[in-house]
Amino acid sequence: MANKILVFIEQRNGQIKKASYEAVRVAAGIAAKLSYQVEAVAIGDEIENLESIGNYGVSNVKHFKNSELINYSPSAYSKILFDFAKETESSIILFPNTSLGKDLAPRLAAKLDAGIAMDCTALEVQNNEIIVTRPIYAGKVLIDVKLTSASKVFTLRPNVFNPGIPGDTKSEVSIVNINSPDLSTKVTEIKKSEGKLDVAEAEIIVSGGRGMKGPEHFNLVEELSQLLGAAPGASRAVVDAGWRPHGEQVGQTGKTVSPTLYIALGISGAIQHLAGMRSSKYIVAINKDKDAPIFQVADYGIVGDIFEVIPALIEEIKKIKS
Amino acid sequence: MKIAVCVSHVPDTAAKINISGDGKGIDPSGVTYVVNPYDEFAIEEALKTKEKFGGETIAISLGPEANKETLRKALAMGIDNAVLLKDESYRDSLSVAKALASEIKLHNAELVFFGKQSVDYDNSVVGQLTAELLGYNCISVAVDFKLDGSKVICEREIEGGKEVIKTSLPAVITAQKGLNEPRYASLKGIMTAKKKVIEEKTVDAANNYIEIVSFKRPAPKQAGKIIGTDASAVPELVRLLREEAKVI
Repeated sequence: MANKILVFIEQRNGQIKKASYEAVRVAAGIAAKLSYQVEAVAIGDEIENLESIGNYGVSNVKHFKNSELINYSPSAYSKILFDFAKETESSIILFPNTSLGKDLAPRLAAKLDAGIAMDCTALEVQNNEIIVTRPIYAGKVLIDVKLTSASKVFTLRPNVFNPGIPGDTKSEVSIVNINSPDLSTKVTEIKKSEGKLDVAEAEIIVSGGRGMKGPEHFNLVEELSQLLGAAPGASRAVVDAGWRPHGEQVGQTGKTVSPTLYIALGISGAIQHLAGMRSSKYIVAINKDKDAPIFQVADYGIVGDIFEVIPALIEEIKKIKS
Repeated sequence: MKIAVCVSHVPDTAAKINISGDGKGIDPSGVTYVVNPYDEFAIEEALKTKEKFGGETIAISLGPEANKETLRKALAMGIDNAVLLKDESYRDSLSVAKALASEIKLHNAELVFFGKQSVDYDNSVVGQLTAELLGYNCISVAVDFKLDGSKVICEREIEGGKEVIKTSLPAVITAQKGLNEPRYASLKGIMTAKKKVIEEKTVDAANNYIEIVSFKRPAPKQAGKIIGTDASAVPELVRLLREEAKVI
């Protein structure tokens, strides 16, 4: 095996996903420690600003291009990556742990007969070996693992690894045109939820629980989210009750998140919920029950009536924004 | 059509998980095990597909004797047959997928359902790995599944929306919450399931590529401060978020 790291640059609709920059920075870091080279790979049609990868420490990027590849195709993407990994003899492969990365990474791992560790929240090089930390049981427990196979595939949880301060080095983009990609499995349409941010990607999440008392009160959650540029989230109880869509659910059987700020409104903090959000950098809890478990993980709490506190909070945020 | 559904037996999501004394695993005492929650959606979709198009359903689980409880539950919901690939050892995702793939091949199942992840190790890859090993198409994290002849049309959840994705049989589908509403086992179903024989098989020894170095507890979160008991605490909260935490 050559000493190469392949890092996958995810684009959606021609825009590079932020989590890709985090993965690029991690790849550059491993490369420096192990004296490896990095092969950055993007797949798509037109991709805006692909040379910006250079700002995060990788000087070359391959762009596999075809107008049919603008949307995700598991069959085409995995074949392109497999061929490229073989050609370059890349032995370490990194993906962002996004919905696309989660789908794609295992396909490549199977083709390469590689060990695969998903959703890593820490990665270290010790004695020339990579040790990663992964949350299991939705974060109730962490494991440190290493992969013993010749090829190794890792996915990195978004919003956890620091992409660092961007430099001003443009990377060299080489375009490889792909003729007749294998489109046996192919995305044909994307249905966006009306302009809302997703909890898995947001830096701030405003979540509502059963204390919101009914779906009609979630306009408060949405208004506060919008003011803060946050994603609206929900506890399992309110999703199961049909008040909110499942895509917003935070916790075990929902999404495990690590935003910079998590605001829990009327959420008592069931063990499944805490597991899914406790690694947030700052947690605010507003709940009328002073014994609610959410206060055990909250940095700042207000024990009070959310229907008084949230409107006051909205007013206060409006004041500082104006 | 032969439809397979792969199921795992996992600690209840409400369980507190403790690390065992030797630090090499979790302490199972006092932990209730259940059908992996996402696998219930997989079982339901297998049953619905059979009801619509006919065929035969089989549930496959890899693990110790206790996994029979989960297989029994699948039978009670209406799955026709069940196989336990009996194995007490630790297996990583690829090793699990290899064992499942060879079993699925034996049954010639054209359509295979999985839960999108097992809520124990949360690696969320066994469905995709198994599909690749079988040379099947695969759609993961499906919230909608339609079969039209040999054509498969799904919706899968992505950040901020859904994508419509098309493929064809043979295929592996991994189920996300929202795909359907799993049925409750009827009394008749439970009685029938009790009488059914769960076939037991041995599997090749695991060849793991993942070595677990250690189990750790997440760093304890320090209890923070309670700023107040009503709306008058809001200005102080906002000040702390701006000046101390610097997050807004």
